Amino acid sequence: MEVEKISGLKFHKKQDVAIVGAGMTTFKRRLNETGRELSYLAIKQALEEAGITIDDVEMVVMGSAPDTFDGLHMKSEYLLDGSGGSDRPYMRVFVGGGTGVFAPIAGYWHVASGLADVCLVITEEKMSSSYPHPQSAFKYIWDPILDRPLSPNLIWIFALEMRRYMHVHNIKHEDIALVSVKNKANALDHPCAQVAEKITVEDVLNSEPMALPVRRLDVSPPSDGAAALIMVAPHIARQLTDNPVWVTGVGWALDTTWWTNRDLYFPRYVAEAAKMAYRMAHITDPRKEIDVAEPYDPFDYKELHHMEGLGLAKKGEAPILTREGVTQRDGDLPTCPSGGLLGVGNPIAATMGVKACEIYWQLAYRAGKRQVAKEVTTGVCQAWGDLMQVGTVMVMSNKR
Amino acid sequence: MAVGKKDIECPPYAEGTPLSDEDIKEGKVTYVEDHPDIRYSWTAGQAISKFLNGLKEGKILGVKCNKCGRVMVPPRMFCELCYKPIDGWVELKDTGTVETFSISYIDPDAKPLPEPVIVAVISIDGASPHMGIMHILDEVKPEDVYIGMKVKAVWKGEEEREGAITDIKYWKPVEG
Amino acid sequence: MVAIVGVGYSGFNSTTPDLSWKEIMYEAALRAYTDAGINPRRDVDSFVTCAEDIYEGFAIFDEFVPDQLGAVVKPTCTVCADFLYGVATAYMQIKSGLADIAVVESHSKASDIQTFGNVVKFAMDPIWLRNIGNAHPYYLAALEMFQYMAQRCLSEEDVARVVVKNKNNALLNPSAPYAANVTIDDVMASPKLFDPMKKMEIAPLADGCVVFVLASDEVARELTDSPVWVKGVGWWSETYGYDTASFSAMYTYKAAKMAYRMAGIENPAKEVDFAEVDDRFAFKELQHLETLQLAGKFEVARLMAEGYFDKDGSLPVNVSGGNLGVGNLLECTGGQKALEVVLQLRGEAGRRQLSDVEIGVAQAWRYLPTHSGAVAVFGV
Repeated sequence: MEVEKISGLKFHKKQDVAIVGAGMTTFKRRLNETGRELSYLAIKQALEEAGITIDDVEMVVMGSAPDTFDGLHMKSEYLLDGSGGSDRPYMRVFVGGGTGVFAPIAGYWHVASGLADVCLVITEEKMSSSYPHPQSAFKYIWDPILDRPLSPNLIWIFALEMRRYMHVHNIKHEDIALVSVKNKANALDHPCAQVAEKITVEDVLNSEPMALPVRRLDVSPPSDGAAALIMVAPHIARQLTDNPVWVTGVGWALDTTWWTNRDLYFPRYVAEAAKMAYRMAHITDPRKEIDVAEPYDPFDYKELHHMEGLGLAKKGEAPILTREGVTQRDGDLPTCPSGGLLGVGNPIAATMGVKACEIYWQLAYRAGKRQVAKEVTTGVCQAWGDLMQVGTVMVMSNKR
Repeated sequence: MAVGKKDIECPPYAEGTPLSDEDIKEGKVTYVEDHPDIRYSWTAGQAISKFLNGLKEGKILGVKCNKCGRVMVPPRMFCELCYKPIDGWVELKDTGTVETFSISYIDPDAKPLPEPVIVAVISIDGASPHMGIMHILDEVKPEDVYIGMKVKAVWKGEEEREGAITDIKYWKPVEG
Repeated sequence: MVAIVGVGYSGFNSTTPDLSWKEIMYEAALRAYTDAGINPRRDVDSFVTCAEDIYEGFAIFDEFVPDQLGAVVKPTCTVCADFLYGVATAYMQIKSGLADIAVVESHSKASDIQTFGNVVKFAMDPIWLRNIGNAHPYYLAALEMFQYMAQRCLSEEDVARVVVKNKNNALLNPSAPYAANVTIDDVMASPKLFDPMKKMEIAPLADGCVVFVLASDEVARELTDSPVWVKGVGWWSETYGYDTASFSAMYTYKAAKMAYRMAGIENPAKEVDFAEVDDRFAFKELQHLETLQLAGKFEVARLMAEGYFDKDGSLPVNVSGGNLGVGNLLECTGGQKALEVVLQLRGEAGRRQLSDVEIGVAQAWRYLPTHSGAVAVFGV
C-alpha cells in the first residue's frame, strides 16, 4: 500500500487524545439485562480501570446499530440513562456495522477539538429483542423497491462478496476456514466469549450451509453486549496513568449505495479509510509498522478481505499469511488476538469491545492470557458496515 | 478528579446474565411483546419510477453520463462520481453475465427454505462493466452455476407485470 | 473559528410525491455547493447526515446517503439527532483538524410515513410506557403543556398568540406551506385535540432538506468575503423518562449555556438580535424562549402579548414562520432554523429580512418523547 507522507497544517488539532480505560460485558446470544443495564455494566468497568467516576465525564458518545433490533425508535434516547448521558452533551453516531470503531473515532474528535477533556464512549447492542431472529431486522436494510421484493437475507451479500473474492484470487474455502479456527481458539482466553471452541477446518467445511459458500461456522453469532472506552486529554491522562495509549490516526469512508455496481473482490472503502488514518499516524508501510491488528471479522473471509484493505497484506496474500501462521497470537502480525467476532460474538456496535478495547489492552500490556508474544508499539483496529460500504479505522500507539 | 484506579487483571471481567431459549419458552423471565404497526409509502422518485415503468413494458432501462462515459443500471438522476445530472436514457438488453452468486438455504427470518434459491449479481449487457443488479437464477442446477455464465431474463406475462423488480421472474442460462 | 460558507435547501412542502428522498437531498446539496463555490468530489473532507432510521423506514439509513451528496468513498457518517447536532459534529471535526471543509445534511420525508403516531410511540419505553392507553402520543406534549401553563400562570390565549404570530410571519416566507392569516379567535376556536392543546397549536408534518457547507477559518476566507461564523454550539440530554423529566426544557437551558459560553455571550437577552426556536407545539416556543434566557421566566407571555417577539419587535422570534408555519421537519427542524438565521445574517431573507442583525440563535428539540436538544449561535 502506498501512503503519502504529509506535513503542514492538515490534522493539526487542539490536543492529543489518550485512552485510559475500557470495559465490556459478556457477549451472549441472549442476556437478561436490558440495553441500559448492559451499558451501565460496561461503563462501570471502564471507569474503574481509568480510576475516575461518572462525575468526571464531560461528554458522552454513544454507538449502536439498527433501532430495529431493540424494537425502539430513537434508541439512543432510550439508552440515555444507562449510557451515562443524562445531564450531559450526548450524541449517537451510526455507520451500521462500522459503528464499533466509528464511535471511538467520534470520541476522538470530541477530545481533539478541545470541546471535552474527558469523553466516555459507550456502544451497546441488544439483538435478541428482535423476534423471531435478529435477521428479521436486517430485512429493512435493503432498498425497499429494488431489493426487498426478492426476499433477501443479510447473509446473501456476504456470500456474494465471498464468492467474488475467492474467484478473483482463486482462494480455497479451506484457507478461509483457518480464520474461523484461529479466532474461535483465541477466544478461549477471553472471559466474555460466546462461541470459543477448538474446531478444525473440516468442522467448518461440514457445517450447515446457510447461503453457500457461507456455512454456519463461517459466521459470527448474533449477540447481546456492551463495551465502553474512556478517552481523555493529555493533562488528564498524566494524572491517571503512566502508560496511556494514544490515538494516533483515525479514518473512515463510505462507498456508493449501488453495491451491485462495484467489483466486490476488494474493500476499497477500507483502503481509503486506512489511508486517511495512516497519513495522520505517519505510517507509510503498515505491514512493517503495525504490530497487532484487529480487523473486523463477522465472517472468516472478512478478516482476510480487511487485512488486504488495511494494507497488512497484498491483494490475495492474506490467506497465505494465515496459512503460514503469521496471524497467530505468537506470529509476526498477530491478528484478532481477542478471538474477534467469530469467537467472542458479534453484538454489532458493541464489538468495540474486541476491536478498539482489545487494541488498547494489548498496547497497555493488560491483555493477560490474550497478550501477544511480540513487543507491541502500534496497533490498528477496523470495522466495516452498511451494504458492504463503510470502513472505519483507528490506529493507536503506546508511544506519543 | 477522582483517582482511585482499580487494577483489573486480564480485563475485562465478564458480567451479564445469559438466558437460554427455554428460559423464554417456560416463562422464567419477564418479557413484553409488542407488534408495532409502522407503515411507509416510499416515493420511488423520477429515475426509479421510469425504470419500473420500463420493466412493465419488458425493458431494462439504464442512464448514461457523458463525462465519465458510464452507462449505469439501476438508473439514477445524477452521476454519483461526477456529481452532475445524467445525460440521457438507454435501453439495455435483457441478458447479462453472472458476476457472483450464492445458494441460499435460508429465508429473510433465517428460517430454512424448502428449496434453496440461487441469488446472483448480474451485470447487464449494454451497461458498463460490473454494472449489475441483484436477482434470482432458475432453470439451472446450483452446481452448474459459475461466475461469467451468460444469463437471460425470464419475464412475467404482459398482463401480470405491475412495474416491480419482480416483473422479471428470474434469470436463466443462455443456451449454447 | 468555523464558518458557514454555503447553504442550500429543498422544499419546504407538505408533501413531495414527485421526488424521492435521494432526489430532494441532491437538489439541496447541489444548491449548497453552488452557493459555496465548491466541488464536493474534490473539496469536501467530511460529510455528516442527521437521520433516524425509523423516520426513514430503514434499518440502516446510512447506506443510502453518500451518492446524492457527492460523498462516494469519502468520510461520511450519520449522527442520529437533529441537524444542529450535525453542525456541532462538523465543528468538532474541523477543530480536530480532520476536515477543512465539512458538509452537514438533514432532511424530512415525513410524507412517506403512513403511521406517524405509531412511529413516535415506537420511541417510548416498550416495557414501561408504550402500551399505556391508545391515545396518540401527542398527549405527552399536552401533559407537559398543562404543567407548564399552571407553573407560569399562563392563559390559553397566551399560547394561542404564538400560533397567530408564527403563521402570519410565514405569509412572507415562500417556502412555508402552513402560512395563514389567522387571528386569536381562529386559534381559540380550533378543536382541543389533547386538552388543553388545540389542533392549531400542533405543527403539521412537512418535507424538505437543508445542506450546509462549513469551513475552517483560512479556507472560509478564501471562499467568501462574508462568511457567517458558528460562534457557539451546545447540545444536551436531560433524561429519557417522562417520570424523571423536569418538564421545563432543561435540555435547552444547558445546551444554550454551553453555546453561549463558547460564543462569549454573557447576557443573551441583550446580545442576541433574533432567534429561531422549536415551536412544534406552540407552548414550546414560550418554554424555549425562557430557557434560552431571552426573557425572564414569568415575562415571556407578557412580552409575547406586547409584540416584543414580533418581526418588528425588539427580539424577533421565528420570523420564518417557525414550525407552525413551515411544518414539523423531524430531524431537519434545526436545519430550517439555522438556515433562516444564516439567510437573515447574510441579508438574503427577502421580504421578511430583518434590519441590523449580527447575532442569531437557532434551537431545536429532539421532539417527542425526548428531553434532548441543541442550540447554535451564529454571527457575522
